[in-house]
Amino acid sequence: MSRFKSKKGKDSPVINTSSLPDIIFMLLFFFMVTTVMREVTVMVKQNMPSASEVQKLERKSLVSYIYIGTPKESKLGTNARIQLNDVFANIEDVPLFVAREREARDEADRKLITTSLKVDGETKMGVVTDVKQELRKSNALKINYSTKKVNAGELK
Amino acid sequence: MAKRTAPEINAGSMADIAFLLLIFFLVTTTMDIDTGITRKLPPPIDNPDENIDVKDRNVLKILVNSHDMLLVDGKPGSISTLKDKVIDFMGIHPNNDQYPEIKEVEVEELGGKIILASKGVVSLKNDRGTSYDMYIRVQNELARAFNEMKDDASVQYYGVKYTQLVDQAKVKVINKLVPVRVSEAEPENIGGGN
Repeated sequence: MSRFKSKKGKDSPVINTSSLPDIIFMLLFFFMVTTVMREVTVMVKQNMPSASEVQKLERKSLVSYIYIGTPKESKLGTNARIQLNDVFANIEDVPLFVAREREARDEADRKLITTSLKVDGETKMGVVTDVKQELRKSNALKINYSTKKVNAGELK
Repeated sequence: MAKRTAPEINAGSMADIAFLLLIFFLVTTTMDIDTGITRKLPPPIDNPDENIDVKDRNVLKILVNSHDMLLVDGKPGSISTLKDKVIDFMGIHPNNDQYPEIKEVEVEELGGKIILASKGVVSLKNDRGTSYDMYIRVQNELARAFNEMKDDASVQYYGVKYTQLVDQAKVKVINKLVPVRVSEAEPENIGGGN
């Protein structure tokens, strides 16, 4: 018994925290590798439709995004707008956007660029069709309709 | 002079610095995996007046109007039956005028086997007033139909489902046997909506 009692007066032992930075650095590197920087602030509503037959978009560096939807700020109206990079754009700006996106990539990768259409579910097809026609004209033929993934049974 | 030992650097705040960096990355980055339906647009046509003749029986026309209603092959249709309709249409029906023509495809990868394939094409046309939601649902049903057909073909020739095929060569064969033949008509403003 006396063996246990003798410890009573001592301070609790100090926990060695010298490996704490290493653990945090490990977490940091994990997040740095698995995530991508948020590049644009989306200014349009983005409530994507759901689909069951979806594919994953691979190689994010080869994806350029076009956002379509009604502006989040109600003072900008309720018409569906196109957002390219950080600004609202008109349909005529799409070819220039495609050309710029091409310029930014390596020459070998240029034909692998996928254009991801991030379109709000309530948008009318008119705008989307216009964008698609512009993409066709500028020869950006690989497109991806961004959707949420659900199982086939959960679709309405 | 007595030899001095190098003073120890206090590393206690290292964790704080690392935490700060970690939180910065957590806030500025996204981890969501982008998923979506991948499609290939047809290349631009040089002279729009030139129509490619496709026999009427080879085409399954799907129209979506501005009220999100479907017209499948001239009859009002619903989204729930669309998939089966497409599978039925693209199936092999010898000596039946109601279904598309059949062609013979010689597949070298399967030892020069001759396989019957449908000449059918699914033509999708939507109005400018169709909602994107509806458009995606139709696209999804079409994708489901073709994926199911690919699964069937894959089970028939390789014994496993299409999604479980590992060999890229086999995937190619199945894609050749069951091509996704969805054509999107040139846009037209048929419903007056915008």
